[in-house]
Amino acid sequence: MAQTLRVPGSHELRRVIGDGEAIPDGEVEGLEERDLLELYRSMVLLRTYDERSVVFHRQGRVGTYAIFWNHEAMQAGSAYALERGDWIFPSYRESAIGLLRGMPVSTVLSWWRGHPSGWWNPLDYNVASICVPIGTHVPHAAGLAWGKKLRGESGCAIAYFGDGATSEGSFHEGANFAGVMRAPLILFCNNNQWAISTPLAAQTAAETLADKAVGYGIPGVRVDGGDVLAVFEATREAVARARAGDGPTFIEAVSYRTAPHATADDPRAYIDLERVEEEKARECLGRYEAYLQRAGVLSDELAEATRAEAAEALRSGIAAAEAEPPADVALLFEHAYAAPPASFAAELAELRELLDG
Amino acid sequence: MPELSYREAVRDALSQAMRNDEDVFIMGEDIAEMGGSMGVTQGMLEEFGPDRVRNTPISEMAIVGSGIGAAIQGMRPVVEVMYEDFLTISMEQIVNQAAKHRYMSGGQLKVPLTIRTQGGAGWSPGAQHAQQVEAWFVGVPGLKVVFASTPSDVRGLLWSAIYDDNPVIFFEHRTLYGLKEELAEEIEPIPIGQARVHRQGEDVTVVATGRLVHEALAAAEEAGQQGVSVEVVDPRTLQPLDEDAIVASVKKTNRCVVAHEAVTRMGFGAEVAAVVQHQAFDWLDAPVERVGAKFTPLPFAPVMEEYVVPHATDVLEAIQKTVQRDGSS
Ligand SMILES: Cc1ncc(C[n+]2csc(CCOP(=O)(O)OP(=O)(O)O)c2C)c(N)n1
Ligand SMILES: [Mg+2]
Repeated sequence: MAQTLRVPGSHELRRVIGDGEAIPDGEVEGLEERDLLELYRSMVLLRTYDERSVVFHRQGRVGTYAIFWNHEAMQAGSAYALERGDWIFPSYRESAIGLLRGMPVSTVLSWWRGHPSGWWNPLDYNVASICVPIGTHVPHAAGLAWGKKLRGESGCAIAYFGDGATSEGSFHEGANFAGVMRAPLILFCNNNQWAISTPLAAQTAAETLADKAVGYGIPGVRVDGGDVLAVFEATREAVARARAGDGPTFIEAVSYRTAPHATADDPRAYIDLERVEEEKARECLGRYEAYLQRAGVLSDELAEATRAEAAEALRSGIAAAEAEPPADVALLFEHAYAAPPASFAAELAELRELLDG
Repeated sequence: MPELSYREAVRDALSQAMRNDEDVFIMGEDIAEMGGSMGVTQGMLEEFGPDRVRNTPISEMAIVGSGIGAAIQGMRPVVEVMYEDFLTISMEQIVNQAAKHRYMSGGQLKVPLTIRTQGGAGWSPGAQHAQQVEAWFVGVPGLKVVFASTPSDVRGLLWSAIYDDNPVIFFEHRTLYGLKEELAEEIEPIPIGQARVHRQGEDVTVVATGRLVHEALAAAEEAGQQGVSVEVVDPRTLQPLDEDAIVASVKKTNRCVVAHEAVTRMGFGAEVAAVVQHQAFDWLDAPVERVGAKFTPLPFAPVMEEYVVPHATDVLEAIQKTVQRDGSS
């Protein structure tokens, strides 16, 4: 099968949403008003989740939290191009992406609270568990996708990772594997241009991250990561390619991390605060809202109602998470092996004695 | 004498070595502008510039591997792996390469590489972010393994690690960075392979590493009030191990407890217990007790993490077990 691979550095950023001035608004074929509003609801839910989580963290109600403000377009846009049976492999930055698959808000909050009720079953949602080591899940996604192909299933997998993750061997090996096996995989890179304190230019000498795709013999696309419709469209094409047996696609979604890396980080030592303010002014949810308003799809009342609905979901979510009873210590020993070794019983008995005594 | 924290003591060793010696440089993730995830290298970029304080891509394999490349050319690199959990990614470079280059070149190459890393529980980050993995490395011939527990030790040992002609894995414990101590301006190198007796005692020897040194010292205080005199020995270097110091202490006290934060089962303490029973069998009045983490991954939940890793109370209990046993029978 012939494929045209682009010349390194030549990828333009795809966009659909205009700027209300010189750049005209585009449209995505096949997206109806209902879809546009569903995407909006998803983004608002994610935004609300994120903003409330930062507050909950300050109040000591969730632990260290990886903020994803201004990443909602990438998450909502790409997830909407998938079917329920397709697998999502999130990084910590996409911790709440399960919400878009119907996972309760309280589950994700519980996860960040370190409570057992935060263990979603990946098989219930087709949303994998989150790995701390950067990029380590890319080969998992490649393997799962390859397996779908071998079984003759039409499903695919998407792996989310950051710009920094592309420096890890596991990214490279996973991407190469998927390319060789023509696995139905979408490699979705959230290029927010920072990896903690390390800027993109210190991460790679490549002109664009999408250029890396050339080396794996797969298509690489660059898309404006603040444009939910462009992200959706690019992912939909990648999914179609995957389902058609044409193998993986690398999507580089370019955005900007306007928030600290996580609640524990103080970016003032390294980040360009002026740039942050510029990027905040063109954050993805505001851009989409303006688009919808220009298109006459979103009224102030509907926007208000959508936000209120999300706020309520967070209110009841945190209440439910905090109402969970404390976990029993037996859990410490329950899940490490299929059948716990004898030593576990002894250590649990010791622990119970300690706690009771 | 200035008071330095454990964090500042590490920085001081790095900075003094770099002022002294053009061959020493540091590299790792986020160590430049940000000063490292633990703030250890803060201010060093300003003093030494980006060629000697090198921010790297997120590539643990290349961080260690390129350190090997620099080291075999005569440099003395100090590379940082942000969390010891991520040593796993550089394992090939450490175990098959750094440890073996000298041997496989017939002693002609040397790899004076220092790999600094940190970890440990106490902040509840879950199963992949706070492990104590030092025992994975002590069984690799060709490597040296250091785990310092105080500001003076961390400074003097880091200096020795940098100037050691072998690869050294240098473990720091996250919860110790704020610990303070008065230190002389001039660094006194501490030989690798030499234990430190923190506290003299008559009845029980506690051999402890890392955070558990401080838990052991607290337990020793408590035991003292109960009339049990405890000696606390920190090997400081796990490979090579100062067997003589440990055995001498046990021959004096006749009882031994080993304590570390890593899992007890199959742990470093088993080696200490074997050394003690073999070299001091006739002196022992009780079986060697081991204190460590329960054999399960670290939980994310803060209260749960508390249950898994050992504390002073666990050390005290082990001390009591050894003295309750009557040695005269
Ligand atoms: C293997 C590994 N090395 C280092 C880290 C520490 N770390 C956590 S997040 C991060 C930066 C990741 O940046 P990027 O991939 O761009 O993702 P982003 O945080 O921007 O979403 C680093 C270095 C880690 N978690 N895993
Ligand atoms: Mg990034």
